[in-house]
Parts: sequence; structure tokens; C-alpha cells
Amino acid sequence: MPLVKIRDLHFYRGNRAIFEGVNIDIERGKVTAIMGPSGTGKTTLLKLIGGQLRPDKGTIEVDGQNVHKLSRSDLYELRKRMGMLFQSGALLTDLTVYDNVAFPLREHTDLPESMIRDLVLMKLQAVGLRNARNLQPAELSGGMARRVALARAVTLEPMMIMYDEPFTGQDPISMGTLVNLIHRINDAMGLTSIVVSHDVEETAEIADYIYLLSDGKIIEHGSPVLLRGSGSQWVQQFMHGYPDGPVPFHYAGPDFEEDLLKPEEYA
Amino acid sequence: MINLIRSLGRWGLGTFERLGRGHLFLLHILAGVPGLFLRFSLVIQQVYSVGVLSLLIILVSGLFVGMVLGLQGYNTLVDFGAEESLGVLVSLSLVRELGPVVSALLFAGRAGSALTAEIGLMKSTEQLSGMEMMAVDPIRRVIAPRFLAGLLSMPLLAAVFSAVGIIGAFLVGHGLLGVDDGAFWSQMQAKTDFYDDILNGVIKSVVFGFVVTWIALFEGHDATPTSEGVGRATTRTVVHSAFAILGLDFVLTALMFGDE
Repeated sequence: MPLVKIRDLHFYRGNRAIFEGVNIDIERGKVTAIMGPSGTGKTTLLKLIGGQLRPDKGTIEVDGQNVHKLSRSDLYELRKRMGMLFQSGALLTDLTVYDNVAFPLREHTDLPESMIRDLVLMKLQAVGLRNARNLQPAELSGGMARRVALARAVTLEPMMIMYDEPFTGQDPISMGTLVNLIHRINDAMGLTSIVVSHDVEETAEIADYIYLLSDGKIIEHGSPVLLRGSGSQWVQQFMHGYPDGPVPFHYAGPDFEEDLLKPEEYA
Repeated sequence: MINLIRSLGRWGLGTFERLGRGHLFLLHILAGVPGLFLRFSLVIQQVYSVGVLSLLIILVSGLFVGMVLGLQGYNTLVDFGAEESLGVLVSLSLVRELGPVVSALLFAGRAGSALTAEIGLMKSTEQLSGMEMMAVDPIRRVIAPRFLAGLLSMPLLAAVFSAVGIIGAFLVGHGLLGVDDGAFWSQMQAKTDFYDDILNGVIKSVVFGFVVTWIALFEGHDATPTSEGVGRATTRTVVHSAFAILGLDFVLTALMFGDE
């Protein structure tokens, strides 16, 4: 049975449909990627899974529980078992790296400080930032902030982690580090990972299964190898980054020649 | 015409919707307040940033307001040969009115705007969402301690403002203008009532602290998560707080002193 089961998901922002009848299964222990062009609602999907947004129709089940039918306290209990890595890291700016990683433990457990220290140092060691523990978030690079956020997300030993665009804006070394960490942490802790991204190469490298989203629908899904060999022109354009194709280079509107013959528009 | 009615309707609906959200937000905060007594250190930290850091502006403004009151009061009273009543005039003006109102306006400008900007930025940098996903309720963990801190700080700041103002007026009245110090203090003691004057002033400042902190926190929490949105929310905090303080001051004054 999949860890996350999304059925017939519909979600609208105003009159704009973000999702129309989306079905997704996230298998336990696997890294599943949700990919698609910018603005297709990938981050929205994570917020729906985390119960921060409510779908207009359809259901989302996490570990057999319908996320949007849970009481507030049950939802918070479920969230303790779900980690989320935000694009910005979302570190608390008034706390040091150490206190950020210790934050969930201090909020949810009665562990003594000495034990919290050991746990925090272990998590920071895993992401290579044990010696950066006294820095403030403002002193970290983007890649380091995400690694700290990753350490914080796994502090409560969750069953799954959701990554929101983990590779965006990273230099090659940080990118390589993050790819490696996500893969390693998933396997070492026996987690289930959902990676939302549009970085094809990096995501395909670690994903066991990929869903491609566009215009509120699943266009294709399968293993990275399967998608690369897909017959769909849209999938080929996205996976190989062709500038023109089913997703046109030009924004929709009147023909160029027709436009040139209307010089009075800005006269 | 139809467009005008339509936009008026939209404005009305938007305003009432925001008002409703603001009240639900307040209920959520109030529900989180009792739990804070178990973690009072969170409140203490906020009392420092909301209250202690506002002290300088309160002290300086209080001193000057008191000094000006001393000068102006003396010039009026001397015409009636009543300059020895300067102490009463100053203490009643400050304790009943200027202390709570001016310190609340300063509090809105100094602490209210800072609260809105802080919460707005926490929202725009996804810190509040991040907390929710860590199963920590940001309203209980971040907002409620700030609310309680504002509520506790405001009457204390108003008291400091009034005390410093009275000292300022004494310095001017006695030191500069030669009002008898014995008369200044004894008349003040005789004519300033604990319940009618001081306690009513404290009640005013508690109400202002409640409203200003509520507005500041709601604006921050409701801000559009962009730099422009946070900027606008900060401006709204100061403007709405000023309206609320002055409007409520009239209502409270009418209730407290209207039948005298």
C-alpha cells in the first residue's frame, strides 16, 4: 500500500484550475519526483499533502489517514512524522543553526539538553555542518541553509520528507552535495521522499519514479529511463529542455507579421 | 454608476471579511495565552524586545511632553494666580490622558510596526509555514507570546511616560519658573485620586496595548508575503492603531469621566 495516495485531486485558485483530477501514488521507501514547468502547482501539491491547503475535490491519504478529515491535533501528530524542506530553508532567523535543529525536539519532547545536544550534533554531522552550529542563518549560503533545514527535517525521525525545489539556485558543488544527501538519507533512514523539482538531470539521478505535471494534469509517469524514452513530444521537450515544441517559445497571441502591420498601436 | 456600486460592494465585503479574520485570529491567540504561563520565558523575551527596547523613546518623549506641559500650564495658571496648582494640572493631564494616549501612539510606531514587519517577514520567508509543518502552531509559539508581551508592556510604558513627564514638568516649574516645590507635590498628591485617575489611566493603556498589539500582529500575519506587502502592512499598523487609539480614547473617556 502506498504511503501517500492522491485520488481525483481538484484544486482551484480563484477561477484558475491548478489540479484537475490528479492521481498519484507515492511508494514507501522510494524517492518519487514530481516534475513540471514553473507555475504548475508543484509546491501547492506539497502543501495539500501537508494539510496546509484543502483540496476542492478528491482525497489525499498519508499512511492510510485522510489528511483533510483529521482533527487539528491529529493533523499535527501526523505532521510530526512528515518532514518538509522548503525552497528557502525556512530556518528561524532569530535562532542559531544549533537551536534551529534542536527546535522540533524542544517543542515536542521532554528530552534533557544533554541528549538534545547529542541528537543535534549527530544530525548536523550527517549534513556536514556540525562545526557551523553556532552560526546564524544569515551567515549561511543557500546550500548550507538547505542542509541545515534537512538536518532539522529529519530530527524527529519522520517517515517521509517532502523536498520543495531543493536544487534551485545552487552551485554545482552544493547541488552535488544535496543530491547525494537526499539519496543517502532516504536509504539510511528508510524514508519515503517526495522531491518537487524542475531540475531534470539531478532529479532523474536520484528518483525511483517520476510524475510529470502540466496544466493541472499528470502528463506521464514512470521510471526515469521510461520517461526518457517516452514517445510523447511534450515529455521529450521537458526531459531534454528543448526551447520549442508542444510548449511554445512564443507567448500565445496574434501572428508576428499581423502585429507588424499595426504600427498605430503605440502611436 | 453600476461600477461604483460594485466596487463599493467589493470593498465592503473585503473589509468585513478581513474584520472577521481578524477576530478569529484574536480568538486563536487568546486560546494560546493560558499555555504561555507554562513557558513564560517566551513572553519575557518578547517583553524585552517590545517593551524594554521602547523605553528610550518613551523616556525622552515623556520628559519633553512634561516639560512643555509645565511651561504651558504655568503660563495659563499664572494669570489666575494659581501657578501652585501646576502639579495637579500636569499629573491629571498625564495620568488620565497624555500618558496612555501618547505612549500608545509611540508604542504603535516603535513596537507595533516592528511586530508587523517581523511577523510579515517570517511569513514571506516561510518560517511560519515551516513551523506548521513541524507540527508547531505558529500562533501559539510566535504570536501569542508577543501579544501577551504587548499587553504587559503598554501599561508599564504609560506609567513610565507619566512619571518622567511629571519629573519634566517639575524641573521646568520649580527649577525654571520658581513654583514652590512643596505646593507642587502636595497639591498633586491631594488631588490625584488612585481609582478615578490612576486606575482609569491604567485601564486605558491596557486597552490600547491590547488593540495596538492585536492590529500589529494581525497585519503582519495577514500581509501579502512580498516586500511591498510587508511595507504596506507596516504602514496600515501605524495608521489603524492611531485611529483606534484616538477613537477608543474618546469612548473610554466618555465612559470614565463623562458623568463628572
